[in-house]
Amino acid sequence: MKETAVEEPKTGAPQGKAPKGRAPKGGGGDVALPQLGFLGMVRWAWRQLTSMRTALFLLLMLAVAAVPGSLFPQRPSAPAEVTQYLKDNPTSGPIMDWFKLFDVYSSPWFAAIYLLLFTSLVGCVLPRAKIHWKAMRSAPPRTPKRLSRLAEYGTVEIPAGSGIDAETAVKDAAVILKSRRYRVDIRDLDTERPSVGAEIGFLKEVGNLVFHTAMIGVLAAVAFSGLFGYSGQRVLVEGETFVNTLSSYDTFTPGTNFTDEKLSPYSAQLDRLVVKYDRSTQAHYGQPLDFNATLTVKDGPDAEPETKTLKVNEPVAVGGTNVYLVGNGYAPVVTVKDGDGNIAFQGPVITIPTDGAYTSLMVIKVPDAKPSQLGFVGFFLPTALIDEKGVAFGSDPDPFNPQLNLNAYTGDLGLDSGVPRNVYTLDTSKMTEINSRNVDAGGIVLVPGQSYKLPGDNGSISFDGIKRFAALDIRHDPGQVYVLVFAVLSLAGLIASLFLNRRRVWIRTGNHPDGRTMVEFGLLARGEDHRLAGEYDAINKALHEKWLVPMETAGQNGEQITTNDDSAHSATAASKDQ
Amino acid sequence: MPEINEGFAMLSEQLMLVAGMAYAVAVCAYVWDLVTFSQAVKKGLAGATPASSEVALAGVGARGATGQGLEAGPQDKGVRPSSKTHSGSDGVTAGDSMLYGKERRVVARVAVALTVVAAVVQGFAVLFRGLAAERVPWGNMYEFCTTGSFAVALVFLLVLTRRDLRFLGTFVIGLVLVMIVAASISFWTPVGHLVPALQSYWLIIHVSIAVLSSAFFTLTFAMSVLQLFQAKREVAIAAGKPDKAPVMRLVPNALSLENLSYRINGIAFVGWTLTLMFGSIWAEKAWGRFWGWDTKEVWTFVIWVVYAGYLHARATKGWTGTRAAWLSIVGYLCVVFNFTIVNMYFSGLHSYAGVGS
Repeated sequence: MKETAVEEPKTGAPQGKAPKGRAPKGGGGDVALPQLGFLGMVRWAWRQLTSMRTALFLLLMLAVAAVPGSLFPQRPSAPAEVTQYLKDNPTSGPIMDWFKLFDVYSSPWFAAIYLLLFTSLVGCVLPRAKIHWKAMRSAPPRTPKRLSRLAEYGTVEIPAGSGIDAETAVKDAAVILKSRRYRVDIRDLDTERPSVGAEIGFLKEVGNLVFHTAMIGVLAAVAFSGLFGYSGQRVLVEGETFVNTLSSYDTFTPGTNFTDEKLSPYSAQLDRLVVKYDRSTQAHYGQPLDFNATLTVKDGPDAEPETKTLKVNEPVAVGGTNVYLVGNGYAPVVTVKDGDGNIAFQGPVITIPTDGAYTSLMVIKVPDAKPSQLGFVGFFLPTALIDEKGVAFGSDPDPFNPQLNLNAYTGDLGLDSGVPRNVYTLDTSKMTEINSRNVDAGGIVLVPGQSYKLPGDNGSISFDGIKRFAALDIRHDPGQVYVLVFAVLSLAGLIASLFLNRRRVWIRTGNHPDGRTMVEFGLLARGEDHRLAGEYDAINKALHEKWLVPMETAGQNGEQITTNDDSAHSATAASKDQ
Repeated sequence: MPEINEGFAMLSEQLMLVAGMAYAVAVCAYVWDLVTFSQAVKKGLAGATPASSEVALAGVGARGATGQGLEAGPQDKGVRPSSKTHSGSDGVTAGDSMLYGKERRVVARVAVALTVVAAVVQGFAVLFRGLAAERVPWGNMYEFCTTGSFAVALVFLLVLTRRDLRFLGTFVIGLVLVMIVAASISFWTPVGHLVPALQSYWLIIHVSIAVLSSAFFTLTFAMSVLQLFQAKREVAIAAGKPDKAPVMRLVPNALSLENLSYRINGIAFVGWTLTLMFGSIWAEKAWGRFWGWDTKEVWTFVIWVVYAGYLHARATKGWTGTRAAWLSIVGYLCVVFNFTIVNMYFSGLHSYAGVGS
């Protein structure tokens, strides 16, 4: 869409404006004209939309429109932050939400911009492709009368007696140009001034068209991958197995055309997750160096188990999906006995790490405890230290001195009301605090192997051990390979359109009465071409070598064949300096 | 993981300090060169005959229109003479071939020599930073900044071998100096191993191309700023006003600045496209999706679109010249914003700045 808009105002505004002026007049009296006026309006609108100026405007609009998505939290990537933002800004939040500022990239206005842009692009590419198709199949334009007016101009004078007449010379010139991969066309052979017209660099425009078409392809492929892909998350504790069925996912986002059968029935067991921290440097002590998960994968219920290593940046491919390691943390194993002495809960509890020392938020809900339900909230500290005030804090991500610090509650967990509850928050409004720093019994502090008897015959809790968990993303995206293909195509097109040059060369010959054969040639670039001078040098040299004419004498006799102005000469001379 | 070589790390920082000081002296030399030139011109002007200045004005007047692109002159009609027609002999602007002239600018030569020395020292500083942890030296803000500024200096010196862009030295090497100072004061981070998210060969490919493209954008930014000044000055002189900034005689006319920055921006745009594509491939490997509108992705996209707009603007009636230059400047401001503000203050998956940790 680059230089052609300037060169050939094919969808130019001047013609486009005319119908607009006519339309209101037509609407006044005649019956037939309003329809014409309407068509005219449509054509005018189309021309406006496909004009270079509009495309540029839409392009810049797209850049501006993308910015808010980086300023405000976005639902697809950070839904919790959006909820928080709405809570913090009760007045402005909903208004911003109405304007889709939390869903910028799926908002109607963002879509409007890029759809208009792509429509404009189609409207530009199609006619250009047609024009270029014709140009590629037609002969180079006729030879201009005054070649000396071209950007680059030179002459060669073949001495008398060389046996090369104008006709031979022009054929030689055509051969030279052809060997330089020009498309050539010899014309006027039967006249006194035969000439050859040549053109090169059609790939530049082809590249331009490919680039823009491939951009449409990228957009289409992105839409396509949204139709057929799916993605889901699953938190897996060491020893647990994930089976690729809908119910195994913690969260699942299906594509529009997703059906259950598309899930291939593989399974993956997390054998262990090994985490390495930097212990060798002072400056980055405790910074993570490696997360290494070992998975035992089975392609189907009866398949041979396979051991695979899953790391950050190294997803595991299984059953048409990719499994990514996106998070990790600790899952302390606890056993809760209720007031009746029965085991009401037993197993690993997934905690949420809140800082680099893996100070992990932990919530245990025990709805099965009798006589009343139990709830615990607190922190798991991998390496607990005590500060001056006697408060425990985490100091290292490795479990050097693991400790549970919990408050305990008894009463109604509020799970029976049917309202969905967050697993990681405890609603204590209908519960009684039985263990915390605020009550006489104090908070619960446990190290592995320890157990604690809750006050008032409410049972006990024991800290049995520590496991790690891995947060996995499972994705299936059949469309992304097409996105890549179109992206590579557009890159190739871009490079061709930026760095190739479209040029025309004409060489005209003539027999001088004194026996010499005079040759003049001119070069013209379409669009900017800073290498045209170099091409001039190369052609000049090739012509001189072909006819064994020494280079030094070149150019000086040019005025004998046409009137040659000085500026063209000095220009040529200057260009040789490069 | 190999041991961190603290000795190399220390050496790297000392070398960086030396390089910074050498750049500082070089910038002084570039400024001195401009000042001496400016004063020489003023002296020359005082003794010049009215006739000679009239000739100069006429020459500028003819180009003024095309340089502005205000009327989208005939030169915009696709057929721009590729031969260099303006030799710079009128004295108002430098020759637009931007080739080295005959006269020796001793101070400028000293400045370039100092830049070469500084760049070599900085090259070793970057090298030892990498050797200290046995990895590529671009894993946090400090390293992006030091390696990035080295790339800027290197690209500048490489272009200097082909074209006389020494008038850009004050800007470009000044910017390099700012980057080194910012890195050493605000972004300093002791050398360490890469966090798992960065342990990928894509770090080498994706970030190096991003840094290199940014270096090219830095050059064109400086040229676009000069282009705006020069365009204004050309109009003023064409209107018969006195030459307020004779130092700009060292700088080619606005049109040739625009042409050269267009060429360089073309290269940089391809580089940025690659940055975006390689980034997407890496994102797919690391996060499971090739595009997720992460803040850094958003800004990389914005930059790409702005420079795409720039490339189109050059072919749009009424958008060549000054407006295109503004787009190039806006694009570079986005690059800087993406590098500083987004890295430090925006949360996102690309939070590897390592500042304050």
